[in-house]
Amino acid sequence: MDQLSALEDQSIYIFREAFNKIDKLAMLWSIGKDSNVMLWLARKAFFGHVPFPVVHVDTSYKIPEMITFRDRMAREWGLEMVLGQNRAALDDGMGPQRGRITCCTALKTDGLKAVLAEQGYTAVIAGIRRDEDGTRAKERVFSPRGLNAEWDFRDQPPEFWDQFKTTFPPGTSLRVHPILHWTELDVWKYIRRENIPVVDLYFAKNGKRYRSLGCAPCTAPTESTATTVDEIITELERTRTSERSGRAQDKVSEDAFERLRAGGYM
Amino acid sequence: MNAIVGLSQTELRLPIVIVGHVDHGKSTLVGRLLNDTGSLPEGKVEALREMSRRRGMPFEWSFVMDALQAERDQGITIDTTQVRFRTAVRPYVIIDAPGHKEFLKNMITGAASAEAALLVIDVQEGALEQSRRHAYLLHLLGVRQVAVVINKMDMCDFSAERYQAVSDGILGYLSEIGVTPSAVVPVSARHGNNVVERCRHMAWYTGPTVTEALDAFTAAKSLAHRPLRLPVQDVYKLDERRIIAGRVESGHLKIGDTLTFLPGGRTATIASLESWNEPTPRTEAVAGQSIGITLDQPIFVERGHVASLAEHRPVETHTLRVHLFWLGHEPLTVGRRYTLKVATAEHDVTVQAIERVIDVEDLSNHNGDRVERNGVGEVVLHSRSAMVVDDFVAVARTGRAVIVDGYDVVGGCIIQQPKADEMPARNLIATGHTVTADERAWVNGHLGGVLWFTGLSGAGKSTMAMALERELFRKGIQVYALDGDGIRQGLNADLGFSPDDRTENIRRVAQVGRLFAEAGVIVVTALISPTRADRAVARRIGGRHFHEIHISADLAVCEARDTKGLYRKARAGLIPEFTGVSAPYEPPLTPELTLHTGGQTVEDCLAELVAYVERTLIRPARQGGSGANTGEP
Ligand SMILES: Nc1nc2c(ncn2[C@@H]2O[C@H](COP(=O)(O)OP(=O)(O)OP(=O)(O)O)[C@@H](O)[C@H]2O)c(=O)[nH]1
Ligand SMILES: [Mg+2]
Repeated sequence: MDQLSALEDQSIYIFREAFNKIDKLAMLWSIGKDSNVMLWLARKAFFGHVPFPVVHVDTSYKIPEMITFRDRMAREWGLEMVLGQNRAALDDGMGPQRGRITCCTALKTDGLKAVLAEQGYTAVIAGIRRDEDGTRAKERVFSPRGLNAEWDFRDQPPEFWDQFKTTFPPGTSLRVHPILHWTELDVWKYIRRENIPVVDLYFAKNGKRYRSLGCAPCTAPTESTATTVDEIITELERTRTSERSGRAQDKVSEDAFERLRAGGYM
Repeated sequence: MNAIVGLSQTELRLPIVIVGHVDHGKSTLVGRLLNDTGSLPEGKVEALREMSRRRGMPFEWSFVMDALQAERDQGITIDTTQVRFRTAVRPYVIIDAPGHKEFLKNMITGAASAEAALLVIDVQEGALEQSRRHAYLLHLLGVRQVAVVINKMDMCDFSAERYQAVSDGILGYLSEIGVTPSAVVPVSARHGNNVVERCRHMAWYTGPTVTEALDAFTAAKSLAHRPLRLPVQDVYKLDERRIIAGRVESGHLKIGDTLTFLPGGRTATIASLESWNEPTPRTEAVAGQSIGITLDQPIFVERGHVASLAEHRPVETHTLRVHLFWLGHEPLTVGRRYTLKVATAEHDVTVQAIERVIDVEDLSNHNGDRVERNGVGEVVLHSRSAMVVDDFVAVARTGRAVIVDGYDVVGGCIIQQPKADEMPARNLIATGHTVTADERAWVNGHLGGVLWFTGLSGAGKSTMAMALERELFRKGIQVYALDGDGIRQGLNADLGFSPDDRTENIRRVAQVGRLFAEAGVIVVTALISPTRADRAVARRIGGRHFHEIHISADLAVCEARDTKGLYRKARAGLIPEFTGVSAPYEPPLTPELTLHTGGQTVEDCLAELVAYVERTLIRPARQGGSGANTGEP
């Protein structure tokens, strides 16, 4: 058995556990490569079906190509899409000029909390990975969230032998992380093996490409000449810069990302 | 795909956990390992320097792993972290575990998925409490490959003598728990000596460096050739297909194999392997694969069932003996109920006995009625539903379980030589029901029975009956006390105290007792039942269920107690034919048990009663040391 198949089997197992154990389950769809790999894995787990809705939190600042791609995929794959947006904050003029962390919290975290509450989801599947950042490296596969969606990283439940925490007090919720154990390189190798569609922004144009996709004002493309999946893989095998290096909100201070995540960010 | 042949495990990431006592340098070692193998991203070292400077510390390699602010500020690891890196030989997942005992649950979280471990020990301190506890837990978790790292050699001038002394200490402990480390490497994690680069100051050491020790570990053994275990995770009805989904935890299967599903033992043949977007349809599957199958027959299958091949089935049982580690804030105690999760099954279990509590410091065994937080012990668990399990050593995936209390995981355990339920030898009479007495006994974890208390008024029958009912109930046993006074007000309200009515009273209670016993309940009756003839009738009715227990106290003692004031009335002639005063009491000649309530405390009597019930009804076939219902086949 090769590494990619081992990763895939483990992810399928997690998807099936979540689907069996959780009544109101949804998947977060950021439209990035990781979300698309997750959708693909869900279809593997459920024999071509995606048996839960996909939630997209629209900050209104997404790069336009992402929205076009989202709507095309939703149609082609027959997804039940649920859109969330923090309208009140946007009407009030929320944007990165108010501070990147403030903006991220309002438009993404609060936007997410609102749509989860509105729809009554008790667990959401999110495509975070341990290799992205030091706090994500400490995550659980089934990660409980408090009454206000906050993450108590100082006291996480034990999780071993693939026996996940699937019961939790009323009012609290879960995040499920089926690709926590994957790396960026694994994701691209799997995209190559399975031929999974991804948005064009990942491929280099004029010497730059996006390594990680977020909102336009806070996501910068990185230097690259990789125009195909193969070239991206070769590039990643050599690089020593980190994936989220193009994400401005992480760099506001040493603990900026930790605080974002403690507050309920993915 | 030819799954059976293509089993190379060498490119798979080998998960390694780093364990040891708090502050002995685990995170520092990992940080250094990543740095010295060129695995840190660009700019990381500068960032670490800045973080250390801001906190007024010398350069801290542990900050690579200790990403949380609280961890950096306190200089301690709180939660486990996983990072990937590779050597020239193979890729690894490195799992850094916290050493502080407060975070043992996080250490377990990290260690449970490891194939091998590095046990880090500070040369200045030697093996301390958590060094031993971690070593013990590694062994319990089934992590058999261990290398010891003696750290901070820079603090003792790289002394070979200090190294030898600490090394001897830990080797002694490890050998007692059956662990032989592959190497004992002296290092300075902070300065990178013997981590990747060999150290000039320790020319006396000729063994492997840390990376060499890692590369010498062997990859996880494939489970493809072990007995087949496919725990059912879910059943999907999709597009006319009924797909049984699950992960092959051990062994392999192919289309055409006949599967046996336990519990129950229904069989069917694999008609197809279902999948989506595979280049060629699957025809077989091996351990580790998450699959979907369809069967040739529509047999009833649900989550929690385990499919196997007929010749190598798992064990179906209601009672398990397990070796467990406890993480709950509340201690584990006898009689408590928990949920046991084995593979995809869940069972309500009761702690039937704590066989020993183990002190991991000196490995001594103790008797005890509780296993405390972070403690280790051997206990007997009983479930009302049939559990399908294996011996941990034979099939680890179905030989281990986690214990859940309410919403929380509070422990983990490995199953030791489970034995199938045995027909209790004394219980062979068919009842004519579809549910046999034996089946009831397996589910309840004990036989039904009638404990017939007899004795003078005031001897303590009701007191003992109620105390026994409470105590057995606490142990999770189906028990009910039938008190003479209560019966006389209800079922036998039509009866008086004439000799005939007294006989009829006893006959009816004996019949009710027998029904209870056949329904699987232990019933305790508390009637004076003064005559041998009446009790002989009760014994005939109760048959093999009947246990005559003499609650014995001298008349003088009973009369002095006179709890209900009856003796006083009887002496005054107000109660005719009062046993002991105006009517005879015929003590049993050969009771199963006699309790002398005059000379013994209630607690002592109770202990004697409980021991009797354990011996006769709970573990009648018990063989020295092993669990319930484990008589010789
Ligand atoms: N002198 C010296 N100090 C070291 C060495 N290795 C680690 N240290 C120091 O020991 C302290 C504890 O190191 P950590 O790596 O945080 O220890 P740990 O085992 O990860 O601790 P926990 O995870 O909290 O259990 C830090 O201040 C390190 O700098 C070494 O080889 N030599
Ligand atoms: Mg540490």
